[in-house]
Amino acid sequence: MKRTRRGWWRSGLGVLLTGLMLFPVYWMINVSFTRDQDMRRNPPHLFPVDGTLDGYRAVLSQQLPYVGTSLLVGLGTVLLTLALAAPAGYALAKLRPPGGGAVRFLLLIAQMIPGIIMAMGFYAIYLDLGVLNTVPGLILADSTIAVPFAVLIFTAFMSGIPDDLIQAAHVDGANRLRTFWSVVLPVSRNAIVTVSLFAFLWAWSDFIFASTLDGGGTHRPITLGIYQYIGNNNQQWNAIMATAVVAAIPTTVLLVLAQRYVAVGVTAGAVKD
Amino acid sequence: MGSHLARTSRSVAVRERDAAARATPPAPPPRRRTGGAGWAAWAFLAPVAGYLLAFYAYPLYRNVELSLREYTVRSFVQGGAPFAGLDNYRQVLAAPTFVPALWHTAVFTVASLLCQFAIGLALALFFHRHFPLSRTLRALFLVPWLLPLIVSASTWSWLLNSEAGLVNAALAAVGVEPVNWLTSPRWSLLSVIIANVWIGIPFNLVVLYSGLQAIPRPLYEAAALDGASGWQRFRWITWPLLRPVSAITLLLGLIYTLKVFDLIWIMTRGGPTDSSTTLATWSYRLGFGNLLPEFGPGAAVGNLLILLAVGAGAVYIGFERRQRLR
Repeated sequence: MKRTRRGWWRSGLGVLLTGLMLFPVYWMINVSFTRDQDMRRNPPHLFPVDGTLDGYRAVLSQQLPYVGTSLLVGLGTVLLTLALAAPAGYALAKLRPPGGGAVRFLLLIAQMIPGIIMAMGFYAIYLDLGVLNTVPGLILADSTIAVPFAVLIFTAFMSGIPDDLIQAAHVDGANRLRTFWSVVLPVSRNAIVTVSLFAFLWAWSDFIFASTLDGGGTHRPITLGIYQYIGNNNQQWNAIMATAVVAAIPTTVLLVLAQRYVAVGVTAGAVKD
Repeated sequence: MGSHLARTSRSVAVRERDAAARATPPAPPPRRRTGGAGWAAWAFLAPVAGYLLAFYAYPLYRNVELSLREYTVRSFVQGGAPFAGLDNYRQVLAAPTFVPALWHTAVFTVASLLCQFAIGLALALFFHRHFPLSRTLRALFLVPWLLPLIVSASTWSWLLNSEAGLVNAALAAVGVEPVNWLTSPRWSLLSVIIANVWIGIPFNLVVLYSGLQAIPRPLYEAAALDGASGWQRFRWITWPLLRPVSAITLLLGLIYTLKVFDLIWIMTRGGPTDSSTTLATWSYRLGFGNLLPEFGPGAAVGNLLILLAVGAGAVYIGFERRQRLR
């Protein structure tokens, strides 16, 4: 009995701390409903009294193409990342080729390269190739955020697949490609979901590649939509925040529907449980 | 964007290490992995290997090349920029922005790391004792970390706005004069540090929490029987046993924080008057932020930043090695 009461005391404090931490997120939502004339009110309304949907109307009329581009870029990045990383993970985990250790090491190093440097290199290359301001170009660049992570996740996960399972497939006459496609991939579902979620989220959130490689394109992603809003109409903060709320939707979906996989991605066996 | 990478790379590296430890059989590898198997394995690995060459090595090479030539907009498009040796590096090192940018990078990184770690650890200890709702609340704590940086950055910009921001309104309520968080050179660096700490807390919380979970409970029970106080248990059990996890958290935090660009650029653009400029934002401003791009110096600053990141990476890998040997 005593224990329970103490537990609830902790819950109260926990709710308070979480509320404090998430307050900026609440404020973003609140401002997205605030009328223009209340925007600079002092003190500001803590709740959206006399709320307006103007911000969201602005999003619907101006930002939808950006959302579409972001969806396209996100999905493209997911497909490209999976296609590259899953076979590599299989090779590193189960086939252990000579030189595999070096590839693994390079993947670790690759993650340490600051994005601004990649962006500048890509810019020079894309300018030569004439693929600046194109969606495939942006997908390719965005995939560099996710591919090293994805290979490492697949390698770690596929290492756990029992060798017997793969042997059995060989005995049944399946070649390596067949084994990979019909045995290894289906049992790696969790890794596939984790990688897809993060690859999508990162491509969706990407700002640096978008601003350097797609800044003048006709198809620009949502992050640039928000950025240009901030730059252009400094006053319409309800529209800016409404766009931010829309841009935060994938995060919310991820947390609600796929929290289990998010935890896999974050702690991915950080310590032996 | 790069932020996300390092955010997870740590855990992956560790997981990979553990998986490698599990996967390494004590017996010699079976015979079937000879000859043809190597080629088959490389057939699966070839796409990624080619990808690393084409989309990591080549952009890096182009970046080095950019930094060694005297580029103008014209020669950037048409080619034929003259070789300039280390001129760009000399120019950058002598620039009045260099020392402040380096200093701000150091302050930003150290302050962010320490605050994120301390708050993350305190929260991890708090959540370590299970209580009703603890799982849900911990999941909610992930939100700032998963939000697109532009969303967090623009929200903080508005919160810290001089005239209409909530922070100044709250300060006014307790009688403090409004602070020009983003528009005064005195406060801009602190403002971006605050936002960055907010973003980094969840990562530290989650990783340190799973580190705490791995500490055997009986140790605490035994210590409690011996009459150890809460502080003593933390000092002599939690802290030493959490050290490997703490070190990896800090090192990955370091690599991530060095790369932070979006957040600062969106909130202050490195200003006012360079007061929140770090090496990352300076590099971007040189290459893309002005009407007349200076690709050579921009690439040079980027390469200096890479040296810092690789240095941090070397420390990390060295640490990994030492852990593995233990």
